[in-house]
Amino acid sequence: MLEIKNLSASIGDKEILRGVNLVVPDGEIHAIMGPNGAGKSTLSYVLSGREGYEVTGGSAFYNGQDLLAMEPEARAAAGVFLAFQYPVELPGVGNANFIRTALNAVRRARGEGELDAVAFLKLARTAIKNLSMPDDMLKRNVNVGFSGGEKKRNEVLQMALLQPGLAILDETDSGLDIDALKIVSEGVNALRGPKFSALIITHYQRLLDHIVPDYVHVLAAGKIIRSGGPELALELEAHGYAGLEAA
Amino acid sequence: MAAVIETLETVDALAAQKYKYGFETNIAMDAFPKGLNEDIVRMISAKKDEPAWMLEWRLKAYARWRTMEEPNWARVQHPPIDYENLYYYAAPSGPAPKSLDEVDPELLKMYDKLGIPLNERAALAGVESPTVAVDAVFDSVSVATTFRETLAKSGVIFCPISEAVREHPDLVKEYLGSVIPVADNYFSALNSAVFSDGSFVYIPKGVKCPMELSTYFRINARNTGQFERTLIIAAEGASVSYLEGCTAPMRDENQLHAAVVELVALDDAKIKYSTVQNWYPGDANGKGGIYNFVTKRGACRGKNSKISWTQVETGSAITWKYPSCILQGDNSVGEFYSVALTHNYQQADTGTKMIHIGKNTSSTIISKGISAGHSNNTYRGLVKIMPGATGARNFTQCDSLLIGDECGAHTVPYIESRNMSAKVEHEATTSKIAEDQLFYCRSRGLSEEDAVGLIVNGFCKDVLKELPMEFAVEAQKLLAVSLEGSVG
Repeated sequence: MLEIKNLSASIGDKEILRGVNLVVPDGEIHAIMGPNGAGKSTLSYVLSGREGYEVTGGSAFYNGQDLLAMEPEARAAAGVFLAFQYPVELPGVGNANFIRTALNAVRRARGEGELDAVAFLKLARTAIKNLSMPDDMLKRNVNVGFSGGEKKRNEVLQMALLQPGLAILDETDSGLDIDALKIVSEGVNALRGPKFSALIITHYQRLLDHIVPDYVHVLAAGKIIRSGGPELALELEAHGYAGLEAA
Repeated sequence: MAAVIETLETVDALAAQKYKYGFETNIAMDAFPKGLNEDIVRMISAKKDEPAWMLEWRLKAYARWRTMEEPNWARVQHPPIDYENLYYYAAPSGPAPKSLDEVDPELLKMYDKLGIPLNERAALAGVESPTVAVDAVFDSVSVATTFRETLAKSGVIFCPISEAVREHPDLVKEYLGSVIPVADNYFSALNSAVFSDGSFVYIPKGVKCPMELSTYFRINARNTGQFERTLIIAAEGASVSYLEGCTAPMRDENQLHAAVVELVALDDAKIKYSTVQNWYPGDANGKGGIYNFVTKRGACRGKNSKISWTQVETGSAITWKYPSCILQGDNSVGEFYSVALTHNYQQADTGTKMIHIGKNTSSTIISKGISAGHSNNTYRGLVKIMPGATGARNFTQCDSLLIGDECGAHTVPYIESRNMSAKVEHEATTSKIAEDQLFYCRSRGLSEEDAVGLIVNGFCKDVLKELPMEFAVEAQKLLAVSLEGSVG
């Protein structure tokens, strides 16, 4: 369970989050929508531990662990996964090597045995097949020369292999065509289960047609100003944020 | 900022035990008096039981050296070296061992600790198949050369150079100093006067050397310079892959290492020379470490010959070295693949020279420089196309990676083309390990240091893949270890 209480954070002198309260129980998928500059990406970075974001108040616990006190890699080991809005290129680093190193680091931290190259490849090939991705995804260098859609699919592949307890998807749908959107959605839906929860940050209703959330929250000016069921997303789609803020 | 402070603390904590080859071996040593003069040169020659021509060669070199001045064009700084305060010869005392059985057990223990396989027995008994023959050089002498008999069956000569001077004088006379003239530079002249040992390799016509050859250099004695000399000759159609590794104990004072390596490839011959240089780099404050002033050059004398240098340089306080190729034979090929990593206060000024003389000669230069801490890392290279080198080609790629904001990367490429048909390409990049790359890796569960190791190894991939397999694995680990605590 993710419990965010009164979380405030700033970049430099600029206050971005101004007291966010949110609880995501295991097994649930919550969507966060909101206008540009509302603090959606900041929330995802603060939860995953990126440098440059100063937490000025509040707390964030995942399964009882104080996320804000942990290094990014410890958060990953605890089961937190961030699918990046802009996945990063790692020249010369093979995708298979990268994902295996990450998976083994996480497995080590969880007290599980490491996977050798053969065992990993078997696992990875199955995941790739399930996600209808091309085989060469593993052979290429991490995100180097990937199209926007391929980068996002690579995020979903990593998520499928790392099997996180909490996935934070930061505008994973932006720049995706319909086919890619389906693949990405299927990747998330495949993980759905009583021990998996997700925070889906998006601008658009269309992703939520494929990944149906349990709850939708609206983040504006650093605060959650409204929460509701999936129908809230439809309302936003129809009337925009402006009407909501006025209300 | 917190991360920076933490990093500094980590570096301090690691500095003491980080260099794991920094131990000293206690063994009875013979050393000549400090300082350099004609008598010392004579004593070295006499100790090696050398013929008169060799002594004469040394004395000439010594006389030339006296007239020369230390070069000062490299981008490195160090206090003046007191050449009179060095020992020019140090060796385990007693008669030279004739076989492995006679080698001092303390020495064998040391090589074992370093992970250098000097024990032939296991391999000979068929426990493992021999893939690497080793010549181990301890301070000024070669203490053991393995698998010589196995190699001799295919006609390969692999022995200490001091022995080659006595046993194969014609070959030595013909080739020694033929690639790097005695007075080529200050350090080659010094080496020519006082070189004490090193390896000699001769691969006869048409022979593909049946195993990797390797020399392992170890400086142990205090205040001692190491001046090894390596000469490798591949006759017509021969081929050989040669590996070189180096370590030294941790000491507060700087030690001088001025080696000379000459390679000769005749028609259709191939020589692949790989180095993993891990001399003691000094401590986190730049105290101590090896001055690695080395001259390496290969001559592609025959048509279709090929010389390939691969180096991974992580050690030494100062590295000054430019493994080069003289592409004399038509269609000959020269390659230089280099990773140079500097950390703390290390300085490296390294690169290559590709001299195109023959027709349709081609050369490739891939240089990867990594700077961390307060270090300075310079690539210096020359591509020279002579008037007769019609159809010559060169491709140079020179990439620098900066870690932190107090280090420097410099690129000094020289290109001289005197033939209109030549094609010379130069590409260069400078980048930093980006914060988003580190965060991306860490958000997947990698520690900061594993992330740096992964990114650096990716950066060096084009060079590391040129190394023989077992060396490549070692080199990858070495790069990661050398960068410990470098992120802030």
